[in-house]
Amino acid sequence: MRIESIDQLNQWREKCRTEFEAQKRRILICLGTACRANGAIEVYEEFKKVLAEKNINDVSVEAVTKTGCHGYCALGPLVILEPEGTFYTKVKKINIPEIVEKTIENGEIIQRLLYKDANTKKRVADYNEIPFYARQQRIALRNAGNIDPNQIEHYIAVGGYQGMAKALTQMKPQEVIDEVSKSGLRGRGGGGFPTGRKWATCAKVESDIHYVICNGDEGDPGAFMDRTLMGSDPHSVLEGMIICAHAVGSIKGYIYVREEYPLAVINLKKAIEDAREFGLLGDNILGSDLCFDIQVNRGGGAFVCGESSALMKSVAGEIGEPRAKYIHSVVQGLYNKPTVLNNVESFATVPMIIEKGADWFTSFGTPKSPGTKVFSLAGKIMNSGLVEVPMGITLREIIFDIGGGIPNKRKFKAVQTGGPSGGCLPAEKLDLPCDFDSLTAAGSMMGSGGMVIMDDRTCMVEIARYFLGFLVMESCGKCVPCREGLYQLYQLCTKICEGKGTEEDLELMEKLSKTIEIGSLCGLGKSGPNPFVSTLLYFRDEYLAHIRDKKCPGGVCRNLITFTINDDCTGCLACIKACPTEAITGEKKKKHILDQELCTQCGSCYAVCKFDAIDIT
Amino acid sequence: MNVDMDKLKDIIGRSPQESNFLIAVLQDIQREFHYLPPEALTETARALNVPLSKVYGVATFYNAFSLDPRGEKVVRVCAGTACHIKGASLILEQLENGLGIKAGETTEDMKYTLEVVNCVGVCAMAPVITVNDKYYGNVRSDRVMRLVKKD
Repeated sequence: MRIESIDQLNQWREKCRTEFEAQKRRILICLGTACRANGAIEVYEEFKKVLAEKNINDVSVEAVTKTGCHGYCALGPLVILEPEGTFYTKVKKINIPEIVEKTIENGEIIQRLLYKDANTKKRVADYNEIPFYARQQRIALRNAGNIDPNQIEHYIAVGGYQGMAKALTQMKPQEVIDEVSKSGLRGRGGGGFPTGRKWATCAKVESDIHYVICNGDEGDPGAFMDRTLMGSDPHSVLEGMIICAHAVGSIKGYIYVREEYPLAVINLKKAIEDAREFGLLGDNILGSDLCFDIQVNRGGGAFVCGESSALMKSVAGEIGEPRAKYIHSVVQGLYNKPTVLNNVESFATVPMIIEKGADWFTSFGTPKSPGTKVFSLAGKIMNSGLVEVPMGITLREIIFDIGGGIPNKRKFKAVQTGGPSGGCLPAEKLDLPCDFDSLTAAGSMMGSGGMVIMDDRTCMVEIARYFLGFLVMESCGKCVPCREGLYQLYQLCTKICEGKGTEEDLELMEKLSKTIEIGSLCGLGKSGPNPFVSTLLYFRDEYLAHIRDKKCPGGVCRNLITFTINDDCTGCLACIKACPTEAITGEKKKKHILDQELCTQCGSCYAVCKFDAIDIT
Repeated sequence: MNVDMDKLKDIIGRSPQESNFLIAVLQDIQREFHYLPPEALTETARALNVPLSKVYGVATFYNAFSLDPRGEKVVRVCAGTACHIKGASLILEQLENGLGIKAGETTEDMKYTLEVVNCVGVCAMAPVITVNDKYYGNVRSDRVMRLVKKD
């Protein structure tokens, strides 16, 4: 069926909506990557099997919906029962008959499967009341976890392609650009460049062809918002790209997806096929003049390809090396043609701006960073997962109110934002508002929105070394300051971690950092020293402890720590089994003994001890 | 090692014979053979009409490609930030000891290849390893070898 006009689209929407709403009882099963790994597919199959066997009135097998990621990955597999919104966590296959019998047939809630508030110890049934969700404002993630990403009918039923229809039938390209400019939307990939201005510049360039590219090469380790968006709501990304194509006059779009995200590729390809079938991609979309098609390109696993010019080289089948940008890619991008490159989240946000208007969008966030932003929370935090919040909310609110704070009663030490190009912010900065400018001013950056939370058992010098090591591996090698400079920084950082560093080394590292920053071509090199610079700025004491006292306060750097067994040891044998060098001996129920001669400070014993009986000094 | 040339030509033939499809073609070959045999490079160069040196350049630039045959099971240890601070290096160490190979190597019996990957994007279950297409989360270093052998 081809949709040729806005009337046909509306008719189709009515049909989809009626069908969608006819299912009063909906059983939403999160099939995001994390829930999948924990057995969500078996849960899904089991629900279908049990419902088919039971043949309950009004609850057909179709009520079981596989959705994309819900965001609360820490508690997966997640099952949500609509219309009540009952939220079951850590659901296993064996729980299904019970859920069907008690909750679906008799409306009884199974307490032990509910979310338990860590502070109040109360069980919460309705997911809207769970702090993790209650504080969120979902625009980009509006459909994630609510619809089946593989069913275009679901997306249509919840109002999908409405923004596109409005843009194509009621707005001239310039009006679309004006609306996006007015919304103040800034690139969600990290740069924070105004999206409207980017589109306006590209549209003005005279050319036989303009390209639209979606950057789904989410390379920052610890960030997974784009993966979720592409996998959970792929049509929202396509819709944003079509609106952009209308605005800049493009006929060809590309989505460049990370190699490590196979599920996103599958769901995007399915979405593109469906959109083509219904005429939402292809020639004369909705009967308008717009002819636009999208192709998915898989990345090759190179971090630098998240950089615009490198990405465009990679799309063209070449080695992903960045180029100097005295001519911007909006003027000469892919195949030297004017190209708009936006991040996944930016594109997913655009349809809502067009549909609801710029004024609606600017009612969220701050004047300079309007709207919402998706953050991924990971590391030493209770509620790992994805959250979308208004810009300007403080780090403390995100980490403690929504994220639930630090597990195991440990102390917060730092939050790493912006991936390898960003920086680490200490506890003093927790009241900093999260927007593009505040984070940059504090020496870190928004980046794509990855937040990795670290507790007091993290060594900041070692973290700097980790990121430098990452960047050394990922430097494309084109510019000497980046290729050689980062390597030298890494070596010096390693020297400090080994307890062999000197204060002169620190000075040298600071100088070297400046050189790398000035002398590199692209963002990877320019921001490469950031992990070192920001940790030195806020955690100089820790560097000095390594250098002067030969101590690692975080208890991580092997050369500088000693493991001992204290009197809390119950003699459970766990550490004896875990120790790879057989350095620990002892009998059951008797305090174990650690031979310092044999100990390699690997931390295996510490990792398995449940009784806090291993001290690290 | 003998390479199935018919299969190889079939994979290359499925894509448009244009140079901008170079990465996509190599990805398809990599997926089928789990590495890029020398014949794949020469054949791709010929079919897409690009210099062999460029094919080699692309094949060695991107982490997704391997020029060495890989084991039946590819064990990948995620070294993303979240996994790193939750002990990924310890897990890697256990696997290196247990399999008797270093990261990037393959066991002699061609059963296992051990790799380190930047981030697989399931940070909520850190530390994570993948065995072929399967994800394992909240991996414990003392149990990781058993996990891999059981898969």
